[in-house]
Amino acid sequence: MIAIIRKELADHFNSIRFLVLFLLVLVAVGGGIYAAKQGIREALEASRAVTEDGFVFLSLFTSSWGDIPIFTMVIAIVIPITGIVLGFDAINSERTGGTLSRLLSQPVYRDSVINGKFLAGIITITIMAGTAILLVGGFGLIWFDLRPYGFNMTGIGVPFPTPEEIIRLFLYFVITVVYGAFWMGLSMLFSVVFRRAAGSLLIPMVIFIIFYFFWVFLGFGGAIANAVSPITGSSDIATQIQQAGMQQTILRLSPSYLFREAYAVLLLPVAKGLGVITVAQARFMVANPISLTQSLLAIWPHLIGMVSLSAICFAISYIIFMKQEIRAT
Amino acid sequence: MTDKLAIETKDLTKNYGKVTVVDRLNFHVKENEVFGLLGPNGAGKTTTILMLLGLTEPASGMVRVFDFNSTREPLKVKRIVGYLPEEVGFYDNLTARENLRFIADLNNIAPSETERRIDEVLEMVGLTEERDMVTRKFSRGMKQRLGIADVFIKQPKLVILDEPTSGLDPSGINHLLDIIAGLPKMGITVLLSSHQLYQVQRVCQSVGILSKGKMVIEGSIDELGREAMAGGRFMIEVETAEPKAGLVDIIKKIEGVEKIEADGTILKISTDSDLRSQISKAVVDNDALLVQMKVHEFSLDDIYMKYFKEN
Repeated sequence: MIAIIRKELADHFNSIRFLVLFLLVLVAVGGGIYAAKQGIREALEASRAVTEDGFVFLSLFTSSWGDIPIFTMVIAIVIPITGIVLGFDAINSERTGGTLSRLLSQPVYRDSVINGKFLAGIITITIMAGTAILLVGGFGLIWFDLRPYGFNMTGIGVPFPTPEEIIRLFLYFVITVVYGAFWMGLSMLFSVVFRRAAGSLLIPMVIFIIFYFFWVFLGFGGAIANAVSPITGSSDIATQIQQAGMQQTILRLSPSYLFREAYAVLLLPVAKGLGVITVAQARFMVANPISLTQSLLAIWPHLIGMVSLSAICFAISYIIFMKQEIRAT
Repeated sequence: MTDKLAIETKDLTKNYGKVTVVDRLNFHVKENEVFGLLGPNGAGKTTTILMLLGLTEPASGMVRVFDFNSTREPLKVKRIVGYLPEEVGFYDNLTARENLRFIADLNNIAPSETERRIDEVLEMVGLTEERDMVTRKFSRGMKQRLGIADVFIKQPKLVILDEPTSGLDPSGINHLLDIIAGLPKMGITVLLSSHQLYQVQRVCQSVGILSKGKMVIEGSIDELGREAMAGGRFMIEVETAEPKAGLVDIIKKIEGVEKIEADGTILKISTDSDLRSQISKAVVDNDALLVQMKVHEFSLDDIYMKYFKEN
């Protein structure tokens, strides 16, 4: 299997495809840094960092400026595309190229082929997501001047991240990779089912557009949730909370929504929890960021959800591939 | 030649849906021989090969390759078997050398040994100069030759070649057939699947003819020839201007004549040796004017056509 991972990685890194994806990541990083440089003030205020109980370093990743979107939003688009592009022709290109039967007549288990490809893809996504996060963090450390915002700076750049910030960023990195792995698993599934690469690229892309652009970005998910479970002012509070919960469940059908909620809790801990809070309850809320353990508790189901989605996609493609006939014709 | 078996199948059966592609197939290949697997398209040759390699599971029956059960221990089988598929393909973006290196890597061959073997097999198939060219630029024939090189990189005990000569030019075919004919001496058994009869005849010691998933005939080429030619090894055609009634009986009495058929002015005589002189003497003695006389040894075509005419 090591041999297959090695070859797949070499293929990924030498391909034009990878170069294009990497450029995409660099654009995300550039946009993120630029947005952060311009808009970090608002982000700092929003995260209460100015009052010194927020997270200055994390603000680098959550700043937006005018029309330039925040880094995390760009990553939420770039990573799924990366996953899809890395996986969509994993198996069917071997089949159409006539290399599958040659490969499988070597002393390797059939599952090593698909496992090796999946792992090589995850390694590639890990490198991309890691590079993007480290680049933004690194530029933040050397470039930003926060003195105008009332910080006592000993040097230039944002203050070095606290241990909690490092853990939060690392968790964000982990869920990003898991999210990318889900989309790669999905496109690999279609690469097993479809004989032609065009189909196995198109379908995961369409699914992504539905789940991200329609469901989350354009608010179709919200509209559907509202239609299914409308919150009526006339009903009592308990029913209203129930209806709101139902709406949230419907929204969470989209993996993109899950991902967004998860990273919002990790990187913007000041944002309230994920459930419904009544005005009466809100009065008693302490204006502190939620603690790391509480954040973890809040996103644990999200993480499990995304891991299991990836596992399900992978398992289905695995089973189909194991049972598939090898002959090309 | 030993009597150890390289391949042995027992009631091997495979269905796709309701269609039985391979039907209770029994055949064996001895170690260090070149075995030709013949049959028209769709006879189940490729399916049989895939079952030999453990790439597809038989519905029932058993197949053993060097005493390993292909279905249960496919890895052990694949370690010693080199397979050249019918439509061989390579990774376009890699060079010939890199493609071979990947296969060597999958076979756990040490890197220093790999380079030596790559040079050796590329030399054997005559691709030394193209070794650092990406395979995207390879012609069909070059790919086929690289496929042969690919089969030998793991130093197999058995090679299975599925239509290895397709796409090769005549000199390439000759070169390849020479290589194949020399393999038994190197301790390599060959299973050659083809419908190019004369090529099979040239290199194979034994053949099996597959039709509709069944082995219709199996044996050494000599034996089969005798059977197909109704006992005789030679077929002599005699054309006379005016056939005389007694001629057939006279020729029948010549020692070695096994069968005679009269067809107008032409007599078809099967014999077990070249009896042209005796026959011509008989014809002349009989005052039947000899127009022409042809002798042909049986060929695989005759065997092949005979069996497919019968079915």
